[in-house]
Amino acid sequence: MSRSWIRLLSAATLLAAVPLPALAQAPKSGGALQVVVTPEPPMLMQGLNQNGPTNMIAGNIYESLLRYDEKLQPMPSLAKSWEISPDQTVYTFRLQEGVTWHDGKPFTADDVVFTLDKFLREVHPRWRPIVNGQVKAIEKVDDLTVRVSLKQPFGPFLLSQEVASAPIVPKHVYEGTDYRANPANNTPVGTGPMKFGEWRKGSFVKLVRNESYWDKGRPYLDEMYFQFIPDAAARATAYETGRVDVLTGGAVEIFDVARLAKLPNTCVTTKGWEMFAPHAWVSVNLKNGILGNKQFRKAMMHAIDREFGRDVVWSGYGRIPTGPISSKTKFYSNDGVPTYSYDPKKAKELVAASGYKGEVIRFLGLPYGETWSRWAEAIKQNFEEVGIKMEIVSTDVPGWTQRTSNFDFDLTFNFLYQLGDPATGVARSYVSSNIVKGNPFGNVGQYSNPEVDRLFAEAAVAPAEKRQELYTRVQQILADDLPVLWLLELDFPTVHRCNVKDLVSTAVGINDSAKNVWKQ
Amino acid sequence: MTVLRQFARNRGALIGLAILLAVVAVAMVGPWWFPQSPWRMAGRPFLAPGANERFLLGTDALGRDVAAGLVHGARVSLGIGLVSTAAALLIGVPLGALAGYAGGIVDDLAMRFTELFQTIPSFALAIVLVAILQPSIGSIVLAIALVSWPPVTRLVRGEVLSLRSRDYVLAARTLGQSTTRIVFGVVLPNTVAPIIVMASLMVASAILLESALSFLGLGDPNLMTWGYMIGAGRTRLIDAWWISFFPGLAIFLTVLALNLVGEGLSDALNPRLARER
Repeated sequence: MSRSWIRLLSAATLLAAVPLPALAQAPKSGGALQVVVTPEPPMLMQGLNQNGPTNMIAGNIYESLLRYDEKLQPMPSLAKSWEISPDQTVYTFRLQEGVTWHDGKPFTADDVVFTLDKFLREVHPRWRPIVNGQVKAIEKVDDLTVRVSLKQPFGPFLLSQEVASAPIVPKHVYEGTDYRANPANNTPVGTGPMKFGEWRKGSFVKLVRNESYWDKGRPYLDEMYFQFIPDAAARATAYETGRVDVLTGGAVEIFDVARLAKLPNTCVTTKGWEMFAPHAWVSVNLKNGILGNKQFRKAMMHAIDREFGRDVVWSGYGRIPTGPISSKTKFYSNDGVPTYSYDPKKAKELVAASGYKGEVIRFLGLPYGETWSRWAEAIKQNFEEVGIKMEIVSTDVPGWTQRTSNFDFDLTFNFLYQLGDPATGVARSYVSSNIVKGNPFGNVGQYSNPEVDRLFAEAAVAPAEKRQELYTRVQQILADDLPVLWLLELDFPTVHRCNVKDLVSTAVGINDSAKNVWKQ
Repeated sequence: MTVLRQFARNRGALIGLAILLAVVAVAMVGPWWFPQSPWRMAGRPFLAPGANERFLLGTDALGRDVAAGLVHGARVSLGIGLVSTAAALLIGVPLGALAGYAGGIVDDLAMRFTELFQTIPSFALAIVLVAILQPSIGSIVLAIALVSWPPVTRLVRGEVLSLRSRDYVLAARTLGQSTTRIVFGVVLPNTVAPIIVMASLMVASAILLESALSFLGLGDPNLMTWGYMIGAGRTRLIDAWWISFFPGLAIFLTVLALNLVGEGLSDALNPRLARER
């Protein structure tokens, strides 16, 4: 990493240290925040489970070394500051002083080393490949300093310290125990601004203010309630009747967002998803007949009216992607990347040229609610107009997971989080080493291109300044090959009352702690 | 002809018949009337009824013509109703006749088997069947048939039980006719009247059942049906009532018509009731 880059980082650190709300209005303490989360999470121990609902709640209980702003620049959290060696292989984190766990024990570098080296290495599916593949050593320098040495430069490392990816857990609670069976998992102990209060199963989780939180003055809220309401329409009603203040992304159908947005004192934001940048596409099983034909895939791409999908099906939310990398993710580029406009005439020509003989193509529906059903119907109609016969097969969530992970489909929807860096969130869908049955989020279309494999592998460990060039090349190749049909960079708008301030202040939005949130 | 006259005297039955004929007519001529696929995204989404003369009943969430959906849905709904009822009769009538005529252990076994199906709530069973077999028109017809045959069996068995000891049956038996011939040639024709009445009501409940399945998202995803339309429009009821209202009205009218006709037939075919009037 170059010097100017490091200087930029420290500048960002300084900026982030100035509480932004102070510029506008002084935050007010007190009050309870009612949030709808769906569905009810299986547990709140974030090290062991990273489901969406778990993160939204436990992101207030646990903390990680870093947080990230909406440009994915790191900000201090448990790490007060950090240094990166000139060869980009040694990261030194200086920890905050005066941090205590919720049970009163002091937080030290030992906890960080235990978490990253032992606990998460054993249990965390995202941290494990990084720590096993890239990390040489994780050492305690002194009580407030931790040094991580990498085997080689690994760009995504700095992005890997987000709270769901690397929540720091207490060594004194977990060391020497069976992590998954530890009774403390039911009463999570973290360092975060909110403490676990009560979990009434089927109803709500209550968090209470951590009075001895290290970031003095914060949090502003006294209590947070995470309500579980099983039906989307009932969740919308709960907001309308004033029972809840915040509808997290995906809690109500997207078309309801437009309706709720018109209510008084209602704000809608699409921020807070920059890290995840959900990217939706049609997975194409390249091993099934005509679908292996590139011309035919191009025909499908020109046949689908993606603007209609965004404007009508998704109520205008989202952006049309140009390729595999979301425009919110690092190293996005549309330089020299082929584009596909909605062009039924061209699609018809390509269909004819591809040698398609009218065979019926099965589209496995994604059982995630109405929006996805309508989208499948719209695409079916788009295809019919250019002479492609498609039949929708409906299924439930286990059915979708099973069939997709066993490659038992022709076409299906999929959407994946990009996690900020193509090495972690994008490569997995296209590299041939990830053609593995049993994972619906792998390379289920069985796309295999040695050139793409090589570029992804090289780019992951290349020095920062070299990576862009490699990823630009990958985007050009993939957009021409069309291993999947990219449809939309999804937005999951958060609906909240306007008097709830500073609700979204980082790249993971509601998934991050609510330490800055206050009620006017 | 007394039956027809009796039926014609019942005003409700006549109204029912008129509605039913209208629905059947719509289902028959529908494809000429709306030659385009009902799935076609023909206009702007959420056009209210009458807002555009091209879409008399408005458009749905994707800009599909609600009227076209109704017309095409009529074919599917009536078709599923008729086919699944026929299938249920094919199971129910022979089993009922066998049980009633054979009696003894055969009767016991057949009735216990029937009760087994009757103890399971029919809608729950239909949901399970469709979910297991994957939603498609075949699995839906099968599921509806499988949950609606038990009452037919019981009805036919009862009728056959009371008919089998009649003099003309005994006469046929003394004449040495084969059992099959007696059952199908002598006994069953006399049970046709109650079966027709029941069948007309079964068509109505089959349409309701199919709609309910589609409403829950267990319909054939490639078929436009009334239940699907209601299910898809349900969440927009507040701002776009017409998407679910018109198919709901269609189901209501069709089922009502079938019930009126069924009742009219029941009255007309029952000589005792006729004399009392």
